[in-house]
Amino acid sequence: MPELSRDEVRHLADLARIDLSDAELDHLAPQLNVILEAVASIQGVAGDDVAATSHPIPMTNVFREDVIRPSLTPAQALAMAPATEDDKFSVPRILGEE
Amino acid sequence: MSLIHLSAAEQAAALAAGEVTSVELTQAHLDQIAATNRPENGVGLNSFLHVDAEGALAQAAASDARRAAGAPLHELDGVPIAIKDVLATEGLPTTAGSKILEGWIPPYDGTVTAKIKAAGLPILGKTNMDEFAMGSANENSAYGPVKNPWDHTRIPGGSGGGSAAAVSSFQAALAIGSDTGGSIRQPGAMTGTVGVKPTYGSVSRYGVIALANSLDQLGPVTRTVLDSALLHELIGGHDPMDSTSVATAVTGLADAARQGAAGDLAGVRVGIVKELQGDAWSAPVVERFEESIEILKGLGAEVVEVSLPSFVHAMAAYYLILPAECSSNLAKFDAMRYGLRVTPDGDPSAEDVMRASRDAGFGNEVKRRILIGTYALSSGYYDAYYGQAQKIRTLIIEDFTKAFEQVDVLVSPTAPTTAWALGEKADDPLANYLQDLATIPANLAGVPGISIPSGVSSVDGLPTGIQFLAPVLEDARLYRVGAALEAALTKQWGAPIAAPAYAGNGNGEA
Repeated sequence: MPELSRDEVRHLADLARIDLSDAELDHLAPQLNVILEAVASIQGVAGDDVAATSHPIPMTNVFREDVIRPSLTPAQALAMAPATEDDKFSVPRILGEE
Repeated sequence: MSLIHLSAAEQAAALAAGEVTSVELTQAHLDQIAATNRPENGVGLNSFLHVDAEGALAQAAASDARRAAGAPLHELDGVPIAIKDVLATEGLPTTAGSKILEGWIPPYDGTVTAKIKAAGLPILGKTNMDEFAMGSANENSAYGPVKNPWDHTRIPGGSGGGSAAAVSSFQAALAIGSDTGGSIRQPGAMTGTVGVKPTYGSVSRYGVIALANSLDQLGPVTRTVLDSALLHELIGGHDPMDSTSVATAVTGLADAARQGAAGDLAGVRVGIVKELQGDAWSAPVVERFEESIEILKGLGAEVVEVSLPSFVHAMAAYYLILPAECSSNLAKFDAMRYGLRVTPDGDPSAEDVMRASRDAGFGNEVKRRILIGTYALSSGYYDAYYGQAQKIRTLIIEDFTKAFEQVDVLVSPTAPTTAWALGEKADDPLANYLQDLATIPANLAGVPGISIPSGVSSVDGLPTGIQFLAPVLEDARLYRVGAALEAALTKQWGAPIAAPAYAGNGNGEA
């Protein structure tokens, strides 16, 4: 497995929406490489003849009755929100500066 | 013997006989928590993140009223319980051990919480855990580590160190844990207690703050095998709110435990896992393990060695599948609808706020796993890592299927070592991951597992654990074999093993 560079870790953190500081990058990047080295052993272990398992107890088409049930009130749903306005979640601007 | 030293089954019997009230029982446990939890001065166990004395006593009074009216809701009605902070409890803070959820109070109950309330068990509070259940030592909690009741300088195991320490220190006889790669069973081994990871899908995950959906499972944390069986039956069963819930009734577990305790294992085939032996396993753990194997033979079990060759790849597969699932799951913590919001200076966008909030709210282990998962799922690497890991999962399931054609249960030590010193491996993720060697395969395959105490190490005097695994939906086998071994070991010891400073009337001061 190719070693992850500091810039690649920064890129992964960007994809994961985590704002890592330089100090955090210095700390975490070598640890990630140790972990990736430890899991790299699985490459090529199973061939094309082995099916992938995503779920230990296979199930398909799990439905329940389509009935109206009690649900949260707007006040309950919004009670733990960082900010609200007019019975809605209030969020920062979603568009960029340009 | 004081009330808190009774097992849950004994507490239930005392309630039924009118020898004690639920208010008295609940108060006794609250007193023990108050005397021993004490995170504020750094000497206490720190096993509870939140204690709900008022709520628990009100529920206890209601239980006593039901019993006085001749209408208890359940065999365990009135027996207090602790709940791992990973499960939503309406009106009680639920943080999953993370700063990003500090102060979050769920507006609803998880299904298991609802079942506990419907059965009338007073809820003492929420137990400490590694952040989002990521850890093997409870040192990844954002609210400080839990201490092992056997030795306050040692880790209690993880991620469910809080629940295990709570039952080990007699703060509760019953607790809920969650097991994604061993988080119920490994702390059981570290604290000399019993923990069960049920068959995947047999206990609802609705209201559980997900770590890895295809691996997570709630289960009982107790001091006796029978208590785990009683709690497992209470929390198990189909739930339409969980699309992975298995439509099979969860029954017969307490009966299996009672049958096992009679001590006859004639005809039971037990397979020692060849791949869970060797240099990684410390001599004192192996010593106690081999002693237990001889006891099983003496009870009539037929013991053979079986090979599950793909187990050697289980840890690597797990530490790709779990980060992949958790990196996706934890994307929900975006600082928009609930949880911590950190707003940088200037005129930040929603994405800027997300980045700052997730940096401030997540601890190092959570960040590491999100980054590994993001990497494993990225195009170009997906097939080589995540795809391979999913195929290994298939091979491990096939190994189990073949093994269970030869034996009824599999057995191994639960963890390679006894509890290590707080701080010793705190910033060494791989050293922590290696603790899960024996417990991970069950989660990958969905099979049930139990850990029970196998004794104490002849070197450091700390508890050791033995694990049994059974086929999917054959959880009852674990209780039969576990109870048989527990009864034989207890007879040999003269009494159940207990943390010395908390046994008798101890309160941890010794």
